[in-house]
Amino acid sequence: MSFWSRHKIFETNSIILIIGVLIVISIGGLVEIVPLFYLKSTIEKVEGVRPYTPLEMAGRNIYVREGCYNCHSQMIRPLRDEVERYGHYSLAAESMYDRPFQWGSKRTGPDLARLGNKYSDDWHKDHLKDPRAVVPGSIMPSYPWLENTELDAASIAQELKVQATLGVPYSDEMLKHAESDIRIQANADDPNTVDLAKRYPKAQSRTFDGNPQKVTEADALIAYLQMLGTQVDFKLYDNKANVR
Amino acid sequence: MAQAVSPSKGMTFGEMGSALAFAALALLSIIIAAKAYTPGYAFHAYLFAAASVAAVFTIVNRYYERPLEPPPLTIGGKPNYNMGPVKFATIASVFWGIAGFTIGLLIALQLAFPALNFDTAWLSFGRMRPLHTSAVIFAFGGNVLIASSFYVVQRTCRARMVGDIAPWFVVLGYNFFIVIAGTGYLLGITQGKEYAEPEWYADLFLTIVWVTYFLVFLGTVMRRKEPHIYVANWFYLAFILTIAVLHLGNNAAIPVSIFSPKSYIVWSGVQDALVQWWYGHNAVGFFLTAGFLAIMYYFIPKRAERPVYSYRLSIIHFWSLIFMYIWAGPHHLHYTALPDWAQTLGMVFSVMLWMPSWGGMINGLMTLSGAWDKLRTDPVLRLMVVSVAFYGMATFEGPLMSVKAVNSLSHYTDWTIGHVHAGALGWVAYISFGAIYCLVPWLWNKKELYSMKAVSWHFWISTLGIVLYISSMWVAGILQGLMWRAYTSLGFLEYSFIETVEAMNPFYVIRALGGAFFVAGSLIMAWNVWKTISVGEAVEEAPQAMQPVLVAAE
Repeated sequence: MSFWSRHKIFETNSIILIIGVLIVISIGGLVEIVPLFYLKSTIEKVEGVRPYTPLEMAGRNIYVREGCYNCHSQMIRPLRDEVERYGHYSLAAESMYDRPFQWGSKRTGPDLARLGNKYSDDWHKDHLKDPRAVVPGSIMPSYPWLENTELDAASIAQELKVQATLGVPYSDEMLKHAESDIRIQANADDPNTVDLAKRYPKAQSRTFDGNPQKVTEADALIAYLQMLGTQVDFKLYDNKANVR
Repeated sequence: MAQAVSPSKGMTFGEMGSALAFAALALLSIIIAAKAYTPGYAFHAYLFAAASVAAVFTIVNRYYERPLEPPPLTIGGKPNYNMGPVKFATIASVFWGIAGFTIGLLIALQLAFPALNFDTAWLSFGRMRPLHTSAVIFAFGGNVLIASSFYVVQRTCRARMVGDIAPWFVVLGYNFFIVIAGTGYLLGITQGKEYAEPEWYADLFLTIVWVTYFLVFLGTVMRRKEPHIYVANWFYLAFILTIAVLHLGNNAAIPVSIFSPKSYIVWSGVQDALVQWWYGHNAVGFFLTAGFLAIMYYFIPKRAERPVYSYRLSIIHFWSLIFMYIWAGPHHLHYTALPDWAQTLGMVFSVMLWMPSWGGMINGLMTLSGAWDKLRTDPVLRLMVVSVAFYGMATFEGPLMSVKAVNSLSHYTDWTIGHVHAGALGWVAYISFGAIYCLVPWLWNKKELYSMKAVSWHFWISTLGIVLYISSMWVAGILQGLMWRAYTSLGFLEYSFIETVEAMNPFYVIRALGGAFFVAGSLIMAWNVWKTISVGEAVEEAPQAMQPVLVAAE
């Protein structure tokens, strides 16, 4: 029996063909994906990385909803020009609470991994409303409805809870305060901002969109954009401990 | 109820079961619609309810209309093929093709002229771009795959398709999924994972449709009259099976509530990134490659009237292609926080993948040996041969771009977009056009297409479009990549980001022009298909078992 005629068993038996295909397509995925759940560089915890506050999470959901990832990456590569343009290269730990990840695959606009605190809230507000008002050559769509739309965060507590069951360290206290934390973070004068900062270290509380009357989608989105990449203090971070 | 029509006629298990299942789905959908958290989700629940009610009505109505006996498997010793669902999917593919290409043209223009976003949520680029990718990949490509697979599996197995309602459920259910997915993007309902944007409930529904698809296909293969399973069917089987695995793995998510459209994915960060590109790259490998190679393996030999060039080559490249593709995903994550070894593995396998890819190309092209003269006279064959050439080009460019040094320049730029479109327009769309041009006369019993001249026009106009598209994106991508890393003599970055955006404008305009040519070509095809079906010259003698009703009535 020649080598080639042995292939007959696959060609004359559909179940054996299916089993063969299943085995062949399983190997690559298993070898590449499974170790990522065990390797130090992909599961390490880095000082400063914390789960998103409810307002940041709501903002992130708007980022996802509007499809920002279609044009903006959130992943700085360790290349000279990128590090100089955007900042320290991104660590795996910095997106450990990202469901889904938003690393992106295209930079029609610039990388946003370290956007936080680079521009003022006012700049973001104007830029979202009309990008060409602040960056004349921009080709980004305008998002004028964000600052007029009240944030619908009725299910935010449930959303955090689902993530808690998936392993994100949202404590019972965080879940209990989820809805009120939204209002607290969007108002610098709220007396409870200290408690918020205890629950979520370095959380910035203020009126992000300049309108203290209501919490809008612009508040949430700007709160998210202003925290991007600000959690890890790279003066303290030991990159030798994270050999990649 | 049944007695009123005929004393001996009863509903089959399939009719009864699916009618009950749809009735239950309708009820569930109405409950969800009433308590939905967002208006967009309520709208989708109502769509589900309406479609389910329509399904129940159609099933019951069909039961009253149908003859007592199920359609015979053979008539006069020849297989009684079931081509209704194939016809539907063929027409749907033409429709979705035009829709998807047109949306592509719109978003291309938005990048050149941002005013075309009209400051409107549902028209903005971030929502339209997933609509474009899903419409062309899953709606256009998916319908071509379903139509051609249901056609090819019946013909090559010489057996009637398994199932009565099931094939229709696959075709209609799949198109319903497309409607849910597409309207969802416009309403802002998305998972935010590229090429896997539909939310959990759409994914769940697609899973049911896809499993049915697999069972119908497999059942038909098992019913075959030929001892051997034809090579095209290996590729179809690998495609259906692997897409199921990828879909389940990448969409593993927990909904916030059954009343909420939102879900959170079980993977996070770097793990989610690799699962995503394991899915994403193999959506290319199995949906856009294996499935369309199956089309190549049936339609090119058929049209050229030549046997497949090499049986051994088809064995080698089949197994090596499906083995290696799975490894290639990490090349989408070069220089990211993914560990180096995984990136290197992805690169090495991507480069090796060049060989099985070209194995397929050689097998397709060499099938023409002895029939190359037909390229002059048959524009349909020309479309398919050029598609295989584009396949060879794209599968050379892909491994090149997967090399880390090249990728550090090309990644995040429009070179990637150009590469994708060399494959999507040149390979996937052209082989699909070829298959549609073959299928329409065969399915509707016509001698030939209404106009061969129109096919020729379609070919040249869209080839011009592709050339404009990919060459402008090469220049744009490489230019942008070089500008990002350019330094002045004093060691400062030479260009601000916005300068690199402004430099793209002329290329974005040229790309949109190329897209417009491609849309024009697809409109010519639609006209030709419509004319062929409505006024094309009929085949005098019905081909085998194409008109079962007449024969059965005797």
